[in-house]
Amino acid sequence: MADINELKCVASQVRRDIVRMVSMAKSGHPGGSLGCADFLTALYFEVMDHDPAFNMNGKNEDVFFLSNGHISPLWYSVLSRSGYFKTEEMATFRKINSRLQGHPATHEGLPGVRVASGSLGQGLSVAIGVALAKRLDGDDKTIYALTGDGELQEGQIWEAAMFAAHHKVDNLIVTVDWNGQQIDGANDDVISLGDLEGKWRTFGWEVLHMNGNDMEDLLRGLREAKEKSRKGKPIVILMKTEMGAGVDFMMGTHKWHGVAPNAEQTEVALAQLEETLGDF
Amino acid sequence: MISNIVSEGKKATRNGFGDAMTELGQQNPNVVALCADLVGSLKIQQFIANHPERFFQVGIAEANMIGIAAGLATAGKIPYTTTFANFSTGRVYDQIRQSVAYSHKNVKICASHAGLTLGEDGATHQILEDIGMMKMLPGFTVINPCDYAQTKAATLAIAEHHGPVYLRFGRPGWPMFMGDQPFEIGKALPLNEGSDVSIFATGHLVWKAVEAVKELEAEGISCDLINIHTIKPLDEEAVLDSVLKTKCVVTAEEHQMNGGLGDSIAQLLARKLPTPMEFVAVKDSFGESGTPDDLLKKYGLDSSDIISAVKSVLQRKK
Repeated sequence: MADINELKCVASQVRRDIVRMVSMAKSGHPGGSLGCADFLTALYFEVMDHDPAFNMNGKNEDVFFLSNGHISPLWYSVLSRSGYFKTEEMATFRKINSRLQGHPATHEGLPGVRVASGSLGQGLSVAIGVALAKRLDGDDKTIYALTGDGELQEGQIWEAAMFAAHHKVDNLIVTVDWNGQQIDGANDDVISLGDLEGKWRTFGWEVLHMNGNDMEDLLRGLREAKEKSRKGKPIVILMKTEMGAGVDFMMGTHKWHGVAPNAEQTEVALAQLEETLGDF
Repeated sequence: MISNIVSEGKKATRNGFGDAMTELGQQNPNVVALCADLVGSLKIQQFIANHPERFFQVGIAEANMIGIAAGLATAGKIPYTTTFANFSTGRVYDQIRQSVAYSHKNVKICASHAGLTLGEDGATHQILEDIGMMKMLPGFTVINPCDYAQTKAATLAIAEHHGPVYLRFGRPGWPMFMGDQPFEIGKALPLNEGSDVSIFATGHLVWKAVEAVKELEAEGISCDLINIHTIKPLDEEAVLDSVLKTKCVVTAEEHQMNGGLGDSIAQLLARKLPTPMEFVAVKDSFGESGTPDDLLKKYGLDSSDIISAVKSVLQRKK
C-alpha cells in the first residue's frame, strides 16, 4: 500500500495541473475537477490494477470510465502523471490539434480514454457493457465509473441502475461525486436529488459512503467497495466532496463549475498548492 | 433482365435478420445481441435459445441499450442492438452520436419496422427520418436491404466490417426476389440494364421499382435499375456510370425526401454531374394507420408513382 503522504503529494500536483491547464486554456471546469482530485489520485495510484501502455479493450485490467466528462482536466492530469502520455501534452488542453479535447474523446487516440463523455448520463451504461464483457470472458477485474450528482437527473442513469441490479452486475463500482452543486446552483435549488441513498438502495444497489477529500477515508471506502463486490449486487459509493477543494476562493460555490481563473486568481490558487512532482 | 426477376413468395425482411442472427451465433463467438423488449418482433428467439449468455434483455430502455453496446464493443464484442427503427435512432440519437459514432465503436444498430409499411400502428412508430439521421453521423455505414435474402446476407456481412452500422429493415411479409448472393457493403447491385432513365431504389421500394420497370420496358422505355442497399458509403461510381448513360434519374425509397437516398444522390450529382431528377419518397409529412399497401398508395410510394416519376423526368431530359 502506498504511503498516504505520497498520494497527497500526487493530488497536490494534480490540482496544480488542473488550475494551470484551465488557466492556460482560458476555459474548462475547475470546480468539480479539484473536488475529485483526491479520488482519482487514489484510484489510479493505489486502487486500480491498470496498464499505462493502454489497451482499448481493457482485458485483464481494472477499467475506469468518467461519465461526467467535463472534469477532463483532472482525468488528463492523473492519466499523464500515471504514465499514459507525456506531461508536456497537458499544455495543449482545449487548444487546436490537441488530443486533450474539452471533453474526453477517443477520436484523437488519447491513451486512457475508452469512450467519449460530456453529454451526461451515458458513462454508467458503457461501464456496464464492459462489465458484462468481462463476465463473459471470465476476466475478474473491476470496472469503476464516476458520475456527477447533477448528472443523476438524467433518466438514462436510472435505466442503467435498474439494469445493473436486475442482471447482477457485481463487478462494477460506481462513485457519485456528491458535491451538491451544478451549473445553475445547488442541486436542491435546481432539481432536488431527494433521498439519494434510498433511491439507489431501492434500485437494488449496495450503497456505501466516503469522504472524497480525505485520502484515508477514500482508501477505506474503495477497499470496502472492493470487498463487497462480486456478491450479487452493483455497488455505488456516495462520495461527499467539496467543489473546488484545495483552492479557498473556489470552494463551496457552484460559481467555479465552468469558469477559468484569470492570471491573478491563478497565482493565488497556485500559491495554495505545493508543486510536488514538477509542473508540466 | 427484368423479366427474370420474380417473386418467390413473401417473407419479412426482419425474418432474414433473425435467421442470420441464428447463423452468426454459431459462426462468431464475439457476436452478442441486445434487445429492448421486442424479441419476438425482431425474430431473435433462436439466437437467444442457443446462446442465452450472449443475449442481454435491457427492457424498455433504449438509451441504456446503446451505451451498454458501446461498452461491449470497447471490450471486443460485436454487439447487435435490436428494436424498432424509431426507437433505434431518434429516441437515442445523442447516445449513438457520442458513445458509438464519435467513439467509433463497432456497434451494429439493427432496426425493424422502419417506414410506412409498419402499417396499422401509425405515425408514432413509422419512422421516415432515420436514414437521414444516421447517414449524417461521421463514420456510420447505413444499409437498407430490399428483401429476406438480402437482409440475411447484410446481417452476416456487417459482422465482418469493423465500425458502426445502421441496418434498417421492416415488418411486413415482402416479395423475395433477390435469391442467395454475397453481400458487399457499399456495392450497388444492377438489376436491369437500360439507357433511357436511371432508377435507384432502396429497401422495400426496390420491389416496387421492379414492378414499375416491367411495365415501363413493355412500353418501350429502357430502364437502368440499380439496387442501392448501402446508402452510406454510396457507390458513387455505379451512380455516375449509370447517369452518364441515361442522363435522368428517379430515386425510390420508403423515407422522407429530405435526408434520404435521393438526397444523397442529388448531392453527388450536383457536385459531379447535374442531372434532372425526380424523387419517389414521402414529401415532408407523417404517415398514419392503414395497411402497408394502402399507405404506400396514399403517400405516393407505389409502382405507379415510380412510373409517373419516370415519365415526368423523361420530359425534362435534354
